Amino acid sequence: MSLDQPQLDTSPKVSDEVRKTTCYMCACRCGINVHMKDGKVAYIEGNKDHPVNQGVLCAKGSAGIMQHNAPSRLRAPLKRVGERGSGEFEEISWDEALELATSWLKPIRETAPEKLAFFTGRDQSQSFTGFWAQGFGTPNFAAHGGFCSVNMAAAGIYTMGGAFWEFGQPDWDHTKLFMLFGVAEDHDSNPIKMGIGKIKKRGARMIGVNPIRTGYNAVADDWVGITPGTDGLFILALVHCLMKAGKVDLDYLARFTNASVLINEDPKSDQFGLFLRDADGQPQVIDRNTGALAPWNGQGVEPDLSATYRAKGVTHRPVFHLMADRYLSDDYAPEAVADRCGIPAERIRALAADLARVAFDEAIALDRPWTDFRGKTHDKMVGRPVSFHAMRGISAHSNGFQTCRALHTLQIILGAVETPGGMRFKPPYPKPATAHPKPHGKVTPGAALDGPHLGYTQGPEDLLLHDDGSPKRIDKAYSWDNPMSAHGLMHMVISNAHAGDPYKIDTLFMYMANMSWNSSMNSGGVMKMLTDKDENGDYVIPRIIYSDAYSSEMVAYADLILPDTTYLERHDCISLLDRPICEADGVADAIRWPVVKPDRDVRGFQSVLCDLGARLGMPGFVNEDGSQKYQDYADYITNHIRRPGVGPLAGFRGNGDEHGRGEANPNQINRYIENGGFWIEHVPENAAYYKPFSNDYQDWAVKMGFYDAVQPYIFQLYVEPLRKFQAAAEGIGTRQPPDRLRGQIKATMDPLPIWYAPFEDGHVDPAEFPVHALTQRPMAMYHSWGTQNAWLRQIHGHNPLYVPTKIWEANGFQDGDWAKVTSAHGSIVVPVAHQASLNENTVWTWNAIGKRKGAWALDEGAPEATKGFLLNHLIHELLPPRGDGLRWANSDPVTGQAAWFDLRVKIEKSAVPNEAQPVLPPIKSPVGKGPKELGWKVGE
Amino acid sequence: MTQLPPPSAKKLGLVIDLDTCVGCHACVISCKGWNTENYGAPLSDQNAYGADPSGTFLNRVHSYEVQPETGPAQLIHVPKSCLHCEDAPCVTVCPTGASYKRAEDGIVLVNESDCIGCGLCAWACPYGARELDAKEGVMKKCTLCVDRIYNENLPEEDRQPACVRTCPAGARHFGDLGDPDSDVSQLVAERGGMDLMPEQGTKPVNKYLPPRPKDVVPEFDILAPYLEPVASDGKGFVGWLDKALSSLPGGAK
Repeated sequence: MSLDQPQLDTSPKVSDEVRKTTCYMCACRCGINVHMKDGKVAYIEGNKDHPVNQGVLCAKGSAGIMQHNAPSRLRAPLKRVGERGSGEFEEISWDEALELATSWLKPIRETAPEKLAFFTGRDQSQSFTGFWAQGFGTPNFAAHGGFCSVNMAAAGIYTMGGAFWEFGQPDWDHTKLFMLFGVAEDHDSNPIKMGIGKIKKRGARMIGVNPIRTGYNAVADDWVGITPGTDGLFILALVHCLMKAGKVDLDYLARFTNASVLINEDPKSDQFGLFLRDADGQPQVIDRNTGALAPWNGQGVEPDLSATYRAKGVTHRPVFHLMADRYLSDDYAPEAVADRCGIPAERIRALAADLARVAFDEAIALDRPWTDFRGKTHDKMVGRPVSFHAMRGISAHSNGFQTCRALHTLQIILGAVETPGGMRFKPPYPKPATAHPKPHGKVTPGAALDGPHLGYTQGPEDLLLHDDGSPKRIDKAYSWDNPMSAHGLMHMVISNAHAGDPYKIDTLFMYMANMSWNSSMNSGGVMKMLTDKDENGDYVIPRIIYSDAYSSEMVAYADLILPDTTYLERHDCISLLDRPICEADGVADAIRWPVVKPDRDVRGFQSVLCDLGARLGMPGFVNEDGSQKYQDYADYITNHIRRPGVGPLAGFRGNGDEHGRGEANPNQINRYIENGGFWIEHVPENAAYYKPFSNDYQDWAVKMGFYDAVQPYIFQLYVEPLRKFQAAAEGIGTRQPPDRLRGQIKATMDPLPIWYAPFEDGHVDPAEFPVHALTQRPMAMYHSWGTQNAWLRQIHGHNPLYVPTKIWEANGFQDGDWAKVTSAHGSIVVPVAHQASLNENTVWTWNAIGKRKGAWALDEGAPEATKGFLLNHLIHELLPPRGDGLRWANSDPVTGQAAWFDLRVKIEKSAVPNEAQPVLPPIKSPVGKGPKELGWKVGE
Repeated sequence: MTQLPPPSAKKLGLVIDLDTCVGCHACVISCKGWNTENYGAPLSDQNAYGADPSGTFLNRVHSYEVQPETGPAQLIHVPKSCLHCEDAPCVTVCPTGASYKRAEDGIVLVNESDCIGCGLCAWACPYGARELDAKEGVMKKCTLCVDRIYNENLPEEDRQPACVRTCPAGARHFGDLGDPDSDVSQLVAERGGMDLMPEQGTKPVNKYLPPRPKDVVPEFDILAPYLEPVASDGKGFVGWLDKALSSLPGGAK
C-alpha cells in the first residue's frame, strides 16, 4: 500500500436491520430489502429470494426512499373550504372525516346504493375494495383496467385462460426467438428486463415490433417499425403465411384447442355459428378412433381437425376449416397488408419463415412424461421455442381486443403456449373465462350486491341491463356498447356521471386515480365536469371523496380527502384472489407491512374502509352484534375467509404449515415477515407445462385452492360468446341490441380474430391528420407518482415530442423548436426533438411527465409544469361527430378499453411560447412546497 | 501533483454490455442511494423540487442515436461512471493528494478530507466522470463501492457494486480485469470488449461490450422461397390437411 494512501474502513456497518417488504413504485411488485438506521429508512435494494425480481431492482424501486420522504405527502384528512378545483382545504380529524363520509354514504346505501360510484385506480387490493363495494351494494365499482390493458387481459382469458404479465411469461430458459409487440416497459418491468438479459446471454434472438425504437426495442436484434394500430393486420398476415405453408402444429391444434370443435354452418339456423353440443352441453368433435361424434373431453377421444359432420340437413365444420377459409384469403397476404402496416411484404414473409423455422426445425423436447385430461400419456414435453410478449401497445386501440386475440392465435397455431420454449402461465392461471365469475349488478337498497362486480360475460343474457335496455352501471360496462368490459370503464365514469347518462349519482369515491389530470382523456373537460354546477348552484356531481397518499392534481377536485400512507407504512396483501405475482414455476403471494410508522395523521386506505364499512353496518364488515369486524386491514388479511379454507394470503395457513388451503392463522403476517415478505410454492415438475390439459397440474391446482374441482379446458381459437353477441345483432334471440349498435357488433365481435382500422380513422380525416401520436411510459417513472421524486425527476423532468426525420425535415424543425400539435379535439404547443429511429408517420412523448402547477409540492417553475405536457388534451372520450347524429365512444367496442393510441394529429412549427400550452391556473398546494436542497445521511 | 502507484496486478472494474443495456437507469439510482448513505459526503440535490433540479450522480446513462450505412437508426444506451484508468489524469492533476489510485486493486478514490474542491480533476477527466457536490464542496466519483466489495457485514453474494447487484438486465459485470482468467476478462475476450475513447491514453480498466449487429438482412436462397405453400386457398388447405393428418402417428382414419 502506498504511504499516501489513507486508511479505509472497507467493512462499515451497512444498517441496523433489514426489513423485507414489497415495492409499490409501480405495479410490478418486487421484493425489497429496506435497510433501517436509527429506525429510519436508509437504503432500499432488491430481495434476492423474491420470485419477481430475484434481487434486482429498477430505478423507481431504488428511489423509493425519496417517495417515502416526498414533501408531497398528505398529512391529515382535508375538508374542502373553497370552490372545487381551488385547492382550498382545512385539516380535520379522522373522526370528523369518517363521520362526514358516513353521513353522505349511509342514506345512499339505504335508498339507492347505485348513487355511489367507487372506482379505485391503481389499486393493488381490488379483491378487498371490490368486496367492500359489494357489501355497500353499488354496482359501480372497478379499478383502472378499462383505461389500461383490459383488451390484453380479456382477450387472453377468453382465448386461452390467461394473457401476459400477471397471467403468463415467455419460457425465458428455453425460448430461442422472442417477439415483443408494442410498449412493454410499463408493466412487468423487472421480469421482462431479466428475461431479455437471459436470452441475450444465451444468444437467442429478439424481434421488436414497435413504431418507436427505444428501451427494449433498442436492444432487439431486429426492429419492425410498424404503423400504429396495424399490429393485428401484420399478425394475421403471419398467420396467413404459416397456414399457407402448412407450418402449424396439427397435433397440438387437434388435441388442445377448439380447432376441431364442430360449428353449425347453416345460416338459417338459430344455432348458426355456434358449437354442435351434446345433451350435456359439451361441444362436439369427431373422434378419429371411431369417426363418430364425441365430446371434446371424452376419455380416449382423438379429436379430428378436419372431419365434418352433417345431420338433419345441416353441415357442421371444424373451426380449423373456418380458419383456413378466412386466413388463406388473399386479404391477409403480405402484399395486401404491407402498405397499411408499413412493413415490406418480403419482410413479413421472412419473419413468418423465421417463426416457422424456430418453432418446427428447432423444436425442443423435455424428457418428462405427462398425462392429459383425456387419459393419454405423452412420453415427452415437446416445445416450440418461440415466445411473444405484448402489453398496452397493441391493447390501447379500438381494435385492441381482436388484435390481442390475433396474437394469441399466432402463438397457438405454432403450438407455443404452455409448451417448453413458448409461453407459460403463472399459477393460479390458466383459468378459462368460464371458470371466472359472471358480472353482477343487482341492487337492493340496504343490502349487498348479488355477487362480484366484474367477470366474463358468456352471452347477451349476462349483460348488466335494466328491462328497458338501459345500463345498470354508471360506466355502461357490460352494456351493448362494450359487452365484454371485464375491467369496467373508469375513464367514462366522470363524463357519464356529469351527463346523468345513464343516471345521476350522488357520491364519487375514488382512490389513487389522477382523474383530473393524466388518468383521463380530455383532462380539461374532466376538470370542468368536476367543477360544473347546476341551475341551483349545486355541483352536478354532488360529492367527491378521494384517497391518495400524495398531493396529486385530483386532490383539489375532492370535497373530502382521506390521506393514505406511503407504501412503507402500511399493510397490504398481494393476493392470489387479486392480481398475483406468481412465476411460471411457482405460485406466490406477498405482503407489505409497516416497516416504519407514519409521522403524519394518515391511515392506510384499506384500514379506513374497514372502519367505514362498520360505520355503515355493511355485511362482511360487522360482527353479529354490530361491532366492527376487522380492526384494520391486517386483521382482514389474516382473518377474512373468502371460500372455505381460502383467504387473502395462501401461505402459512392453519397451524402455519398449511399452504393454499387452511384455516385462518393469527400468526400469518409474522410468518410472512420471517419469510422475507412473501410465500412461494413450486409447481411440481411434471405439471410445469401443458397446465390446462395436464392431470397433474389440475390436481395440484385444486389442492392449492385455485379452484374447487379440476377444470381442464382447451384453447378457444373460436370464441363462442363473441358469436352469441354477433348473432343477437343479427336479430337472433330475445335480448336485442339497440339498432344503432347492430352494425358495430356484427362487424367487430367476430368469433375468429379479425382486423379493422382503428375507429379514429373513420371519424377524422386521415389526410388532414396524417400523423400517429403515441405515449410510452419511461422505465424510470410510473405515471404521475414519479414526479415528486427528487431523484427520478432529474432523469425525466420534462418530455419533448419526438419527431421522425421525415416530419422533422418537412417542417424545417431545429433543436429548441416548438410545435403546435392538433387533433380533431384540441391543440397543444410543445417542445420537439428529433428521433430517427421512429416509424416515419409517428410522433410520441413520455407519458404523464407534464404536471399542473401547484401539485406534487413542486415549484410553479418546475419543468414538468412549464415544458412538460400531456397528450391527454388531444384525446376525447368520445370520437368526433361524423354526421350520423351519434357520438361514438373512443373505446374498443368489445371491452370498452380506452383507445389512447388511435390518436391522429397534424403538426406544424410554432413560435416559441413562454410555456407549453395549454397553461392552466395553479392550484393551491395543501402541503406547501418541497425544500430547495437535499443532502442527508440517515446514519448521521 | 499526485503520483500514481506502480500498476497493480489486480485491476478491479466493470464490464458493461451495450448489447443488453435497455437504458432503464436502475444503476444510476441504486448508486445514488448507496453512495448517499455510505462513502463520504451524501450526494446532494439542488432545486430538488424546483425549476432546473440538479444533483450529484456518480453514474449516468447517456443515449445516442446511431445511423448505420444501411438499415434503420439505432439507439444505444451508454452508462458511464469512473473507468478507474490505469493512467488516471484525475489523480496526477490533484494538487493535494486527495485523488488517488489504490495500490492494491486500482480503484480510484477521493479522500474527501483532503479535497479542496478545486475541480481540476473533473477538468482533467476526459470522460466527465467526476462531479463536484454543490452542498459539500467536495469531489464525488464512483468508488466501485469499495465499502461493499470487501464488506464483511454483507453476505458474500452482495459484495459487488450496487449498480451491478441491481441491474435488471444483467448488463453490468464486476471483477478483476487484471486476471485474464476471470469471468469479466473472459467476457471481454469473447465479446470484443472495448475501451471508451482509447485515444485519450488513459488506459481505462472498465470495458464496454459492443452491441451485436442489428437488423441483419437475412441471406436467402432464391431457389428456395421462405415458405413453400401447400395450398392457395381454404379448400386446397383442407385437402392438404386431410393428407397431413393421415400421416400423423395413428393417423389413418
